[in-house]
Amino acid sequence: MAEMKQAPAGASAGEKLLNWVDNRFPASKLYKEHLSEYYAPKNFNFWYFFGSLALLVLVIQIVTGIFLVMNYKPDAALAFASVEYIMRDVPWGWLIRYMHSTGASAFFVVVYLHMYRGLIYGSYRTPRELVWIFGCLIFLCLMAEAFMGYLLPWGQMSFWGAQVIINLFAAVPFVGPDLAILIRGDYVVGDATLNRFFSLHVIAVPLVLLGLVVAHIIALHEVGSNNPDGVEIKGPKAPKDANGHPLDGVPFHPYYSVHDLLGVGGFLFIFTAVIFFMPEFGGYFLEYNNFIPADPFKTPPHIAPVWYFTPFYSMLRATTDDMVNVLAVIIGLAAVLNLVKGKGDGKTKVVGLVVAAVVIGLLKTFEAKFWGVAVMGGAVVILAGLPWFDKSPVKSIRYRPSWHKIVYGVFVVNFCILGYLGVQPPSEIGNVVSQVGTLLYFGFFVLMPVWSQLGTFKQVPDRVTFKPH
Amino acid sequence: MSNQPVDQSRRTWVTMACAVGGAGGVATAIPFVSTFQPSERARAAGAAVEADISALKAGEMMTVEWRGKPVWIIKRTPEQVAGLSKIDGQLADPKSERKLEMTPEYARNEHRSIKPDVMVAVGICTHLGCSPSSKFQAGAQPSLPDDWPGGFLCPCHGSTFDLAGRVFKNKPAPDNLEVPPHMYLSETKLLIGEDKKA
Amino acid sequence: MKKLLASLLATLALMSGVHANESLVLDKFPKERVTDLAALQNGAKIFVNYCLNCHSAAFMRFNRLKDIGLTEQQIKDNLLFPTDKVGELMKVSLDTKDAKAWFGAVPPDLTLVARSRASASGSGADYLYTYLRSFYRDEARPTGWNNLVFPNVGMPHVLWELQGQRAAKFVEEADPHDPAKKVHKFEGFEQLTPGKMSPQEFDSNIADLVAYLQWMGEPMQTQRTRIGAGVLIFLAIFTFIAWRLNAAFWKDVK
Repeated sequence: MAEMKQAPAGASAGEKLLNWVDNRFPASKLYKEHLSEYYAPKNFNFWYFFGSLALLVLVIQIVTGIFLVMNYKPDAALAFASVEYIMRDVPWGWLIRYMHSTGASAFFVVVYLHMYRGLIYGSYRTPRELVWIFGCLIFLCLMAEAFMGYLLPWGQMSFWGAQVIINLFAAVPFVGPDLAILIRGDYVVGDATLNRFFSLHVIAVPLVLLGLVVAHIIALHEVGSNNPDGVEIKGPKAPKDANGHPLDGVPFHPYYSVHDLLGVGGFLFIFTAVIFFMPEFGGYFLEYNNFIPADPFKTPPHIAPVWYFTPFYSMLRATTDDMVNVLAVIIGLAAVLNLVKGKGDGKTKVVGLVVAAVVIGLLKTFEAKFWGVAVMGGAVVILAGLPWFDKSPVKSIRYRPSWHKIVYGVFVVNFCILGYLGVQPPSEIGNVVSQVGTLLYFGFFVLMPVWSQLGTFKQVPDRVTFKPH
Repeated sequence: MSNQPVDQSRRTWVTMACAVGGAGGVATAIPFVSTFQPSERARAAGAAVEADISALKAGEMMTVEWRGKPVWIIKRTPEQVAGLSKIDGQLADPKSERKLEMTPEYARNEHRSIKPDVMVAVGICTHLGCSPSSKFQAGAQPSLPDDWPGGFLCPCHGSTFDLAGRVFKNKPAPDNLEVPPHMYLSETKLLIGEDKKA
Repeated sequence: MKKLLASLLATLALMSGVHANESLVLDKFPKERVTDLAALQNGAKIFVNYCLNCHSAAFMRFNRLKDIGLTEQQIKDNLLFPTDKVGELMKVSLDTKDAKAWFGAVPPDLTLVARSRASASGSGADYLYTYLRSFYRDEARPTGWNNLVFPNVGMPHVLWELQGQRAAKFVEEADPHDPAKKVHKFEGFEQLTPGKMSPQEFDSNIADLVAYLQWMGEPMQTQRTRIGAGVLIFLAIFTFIAWRLNAAFWKDVK
């Protein structure tokens, strides 16, 4: 048995208790490593609120979810009525329902802004690739969680949205139709689907999410946080004080616990304003059609996924036969370019041609519907590649050529336009714009190894830029 | 412990933040805990029940359901009412003093009811919750003493109750049968579950 | 960065205007009626007398009407069938098979109709207020009635005695999108027989009915905004304290 530490003479009861625990569980060690002696850069700005806010929203969703499940009935015949039961008959049930529905949308607002921070400050770059990858996995799980949760109220939008999206899986070659039946547990979306989505939404995915969030934070703490200047505060060259602590850092607790509390206050103000004054948010947070019970015989005239999925949905709809041809041409051109101007040797160039030929062949073999699914999935998955696409000599947007800001601006505006188009019914011009938008979106990533190195970069300072306040 | 002097401004704001935050936390917890209260659906299902006793003849019993429990309404004969006070010695709690909440104040009398001839009681044995069987016939019977005055016998563990729902001595059941809140809407209409004007 | 955000916001603001949906023009429902207890009570009366025969309101309890100022006794005396209990839900005994045979469609449940009928053209209340006042005589329809807002609706004009019978005048016009085609353009109503109420009275009663439907869709809506005001004030105070707390710690960081 290891040597147990004794509490110092004259220690209080609390100190003795802590000592007892510390001899058996690394409580104080964890507290020091992750809070009171975890040094984070002192120049965090507004964009650095969203990580802790995401954690807050996760807790809100879990707690409100627990209370909703006490009264919700996961049965196709009873689900819709049980939600109205919660809204009307359960004391304060309406508040918990609105917190959960607003929280779902708030989660995506916070997470998108959190990801944007990572994008502009290069927080995904070495040695933080794994933090970013865990984050991408969290994003994927979040999308699954939201999708499954949306089926539970069993409204018209719930039912038909699920029907459409699951039918997309039927587009996968060879295994598609069987896969769709496997997911549904039936030939159409029904009680079986509802029950399994309930289990996954309430138990399985939240557990996975929690595990991934823990991994995300551990990975971050292992290498230390990035900052808006992209200057490493803990490297061998970074200046330290007499105790070995980074001069450009402050202990997370109390400096950032207090800082994040301010963020929490501001966030909760907006969050509660929505809950109490506009919980439907113009039909974007609680869709109007979902106040009608699911009717398998009547499709609503206009189905759209919830707003946070619409950018990706746009890309799915944009992938028509014409678009597939465009993609084939682009890949062909890329292969030719590689042949003529590529840096690899002869063998890699031939391999490149062969791969391009195979891809073009596949593009023409499988139907556009499948490629739409592939494009939508690819749009999410490609995020994980950022650490390897970005070849810029500088991490943060602050020290990149000014025109890089325009590139990021265009990316964001494009993403928003794709989102807006996803809510609208399909139209001629909307189709063209989303196709251009899809190419812009993928181009941003695929061409990044090239454009991220172009231009005159500014001098990165040795110390973070911080104004005492 | 650090040797730094206390930063008063930090301390002030930390105290304020904890106080206001704590109040907010409690205020937020209240709706969540409140969801545990019976819902409107439960309240509606547990609402008071009307019983029409116009057809009830002397010596007969009818049963109504209230909050999922059987409630007996017994029309006692004058002899049965008279016989109630004579058996006080055989009862464990003849004056219903042990658990006051089992007997509303308008039933704390000789006959444990508002009207002497109409007895209202919850038909659940106070031992472990079985529903006793009616044994109104007086006299010797299997499982009953020779001087049995009429009442109820619980089949599960043998507890016996008289025609005012009072438990006999030395039986497993500790208390008299519960008299539910009730009131008369008219001479022949009882409202079980409420005893105040709505 | 700030300039980018500003231009982004401007673009988004412009886009919301592009949203115009020309297919449905709805009258505006007088919103202040939703907080008028007398209007809500009148609306409840109209709802129970005219609508509850075919439509259910299966998520609404009779005793919830206490929230709009009615006593349990008033509810029992005026709005309940003798066999109903005041704590029960507003269900209806119309058989779905009969409904389909008589109307072609099952009359939908109305508890949430004011929430589900919202769209880009207007709120659910706007829709219902316009719909209920847009019935006109049409011999071609099995019920003898048609509706401008919901063409070929299966529902007859239940309140016809109050509004009287009206015909709709249409005029043939060239389709603005395709000059070769013709469209029917609605020109106005023509009163055929008078109703028991004047047009203003009728409109006011419909407004009361719609106010009730809006309230019934979310009975706690007035409490929600009231509590919300209090919560926001509290959070404003809390955020101010958090701000000063933050400043108290960060003033030491150089």
